[in-house]
Amino acid sequence: MPEDLASNKPSRSQQADSAAEPVVIFNDVSITFDVKPVLENISFTVRHGETRIILGPAGGGKSVLMKLANGLIKPDSGTIRVFGEDVTAMRERDLFKLRGRIGMVFQESALFDSLSVADNVAFRLHEERVPEDEIHARVVEALQFVELEQAIEKFPSELSGGMRRRVSIARAIVSRPDLILYDSPTGGLDPITSTTIIELIVKQRDVTQTTSLLITHRLQDAFLLARNHFNQQTGQMEPIPDGGIDNSTKFLVLNEGRIVFDGTTRELIGTEDPWLKEYIT
Amino acid sequence: MPFVSPEVFAKQKIAAVQDYAVLCWHAIVNIFSGPRYWADIFTQMDSIGVGSTPIVVLTGFFTGCVLALQSATSLQEFGSVSLTGNLVALSMVKELGPVLTGLMVSGRNASGMASEIGSMKVTEQIDAMRALGTDPLRKLVTPRLYATIFMLFFLTIIADAVGIAGGALVSISLLGLNASSYFNNSYRALVYGDVVQGLTKPLFSGFIIATVGCYFGMKTKGGTQGVGKSTTQAVVVSSVFIIIVDFIVSRAMIGIFGR
Repeated sequence: MPEDLASNKPSRSQQADSAAEPVVIFNDVSITFDVKPVLENISFTVRHGETRIILGPAGGGKSVLMKLANGLIKPDSGTIRVFGEDVTAMRERDLFKLRGRIGMVFQESALFDSLSVADNVAFRLHEERVPEDEIHARVVEALQFVELEQAIEKFPSELSGGMRRRVSIARAIVSRPDLILYDSPTGGLDPITSTTIIELIVKQRDVTQTTSLLITHRLQDAFLLARNHFNQQTGQMEPIPDGGIDNSTKFLVLNEGRIVFDGTTRELIGTEDPWLKEYIT
Repeated sequence: MPFVSPEVFAKQKIAAVQDYAVLCWHAIVNIFSGPRYWADIFTQMDSIGVGSTPIVVLTGFFTGCVLALQSATSLQEFGSVSLTGNLVALSMVKELGPVLTGLMVSGRNASGMASEIGSMKVTEQIDAMRALGTDPLRKLVTPRLYATIFMLFFLTIIADAVGIAGGALVSISLLGLNASSYFNNSYRALVYGDVVQGLTKPLFSGFIIATVGCYFGMKTKGGTQGVGKSTTQAVVVSSVFIIIVDFIVSRAMIGIFGR
């Protein structure tokens, strides 16, 4: 495993951001497509080092919420602050700079199909005019992290769904972001490949303590994240002893565009809400 | 196709014109500030310019051939077959060279741009590009715009040249005209204003091809069916725009140069 990724703490992280101010703040956010409200009065915060799992039935506005957090779309009302900056009021040009601190894994990977795996992973580094030698070293490092260094010269069309998702994770982490947005990283994958992807996310969470938002439809993936940690000695994901739960992992449950739960894993398991109880069982 | 009220229809069309104008403005001004994607501009020049050369050469050559053949029939009635060179040169340089080159490049490249960018749009590659801190207009649209304008200018010159050569082949081999006389007449027929008119049109056509192709690509939605729809719309709209703008530029040039 490339320990460099672990030791290289986010280069652009600003100490002022840490701990004190939440990394992501949604305040009364609503958005409507055509005449259908997709998100209504969404308010929540994500603190530094927190992994926020977003659960909910399909069509509940989870992916829209993720794109709002990255400034890819604008809400009709409400404000969204990321690293203290109001992304709802920023110009696109300023957003490009902010996105340098955010990594995003798309639902269907969204790899550039005309570029090789190496060029896909190196895309942001090329944009930032990083020297070629350093780009190569960091691309290899990121691909080693997702255990895919042998695919460096391949094109996305030559990869399986799981491999594409891993390349997408490598592309998101190569710039050592301070916030990672995972949009259904296990969607459409078989259970074994899904577990591999979750293991990578757990590794990223526990090795770099990067703040992240993760959308998933699969409850087993969500609880796998909450109940496991990455053992850096063995290089494996292991259950937290004595049935423990990772304190940095929290849940947000959306249904029909509204928040129905915002809290810790234990609060979710102990919920008395009938709809939520039925959903998680 | 669903029916909508006239008000909604008008609003949709005005919004589309506004979006197109914004895209055109950004595509033009992006070249004046960094980052500039020179490698992408050269790649597009190769793809659009060099890639379109065979079809432009074939179209221009056979247009010149058929122009000579058809005009000779009419000119014979007046005993002026020797003026075939004049007619071919004027028609090719002022009108057919620019318009046919524009239409051929539109068919090949406006569709290519719409389908390529449209596929990227529906597979979230455009969003991924934005999420990676890159402006898609700067990276995808601006290089295509400048590459198309630059290369269409030279493709038009090639089309004019091979068109006149095609006319020469027919005039010499089938109509029995003297080669020297044909080329001399062709050369004498053209004045400065004709050449300026013929070489101004591809600048507008190139702009139309790139912006319309990229606009429909960027507006694609609805999966593979949406990509097909965007591609068709891009070719139809850019072709119609080229012919309309050709008329406007011709009228303006006649106003300026008097012919």
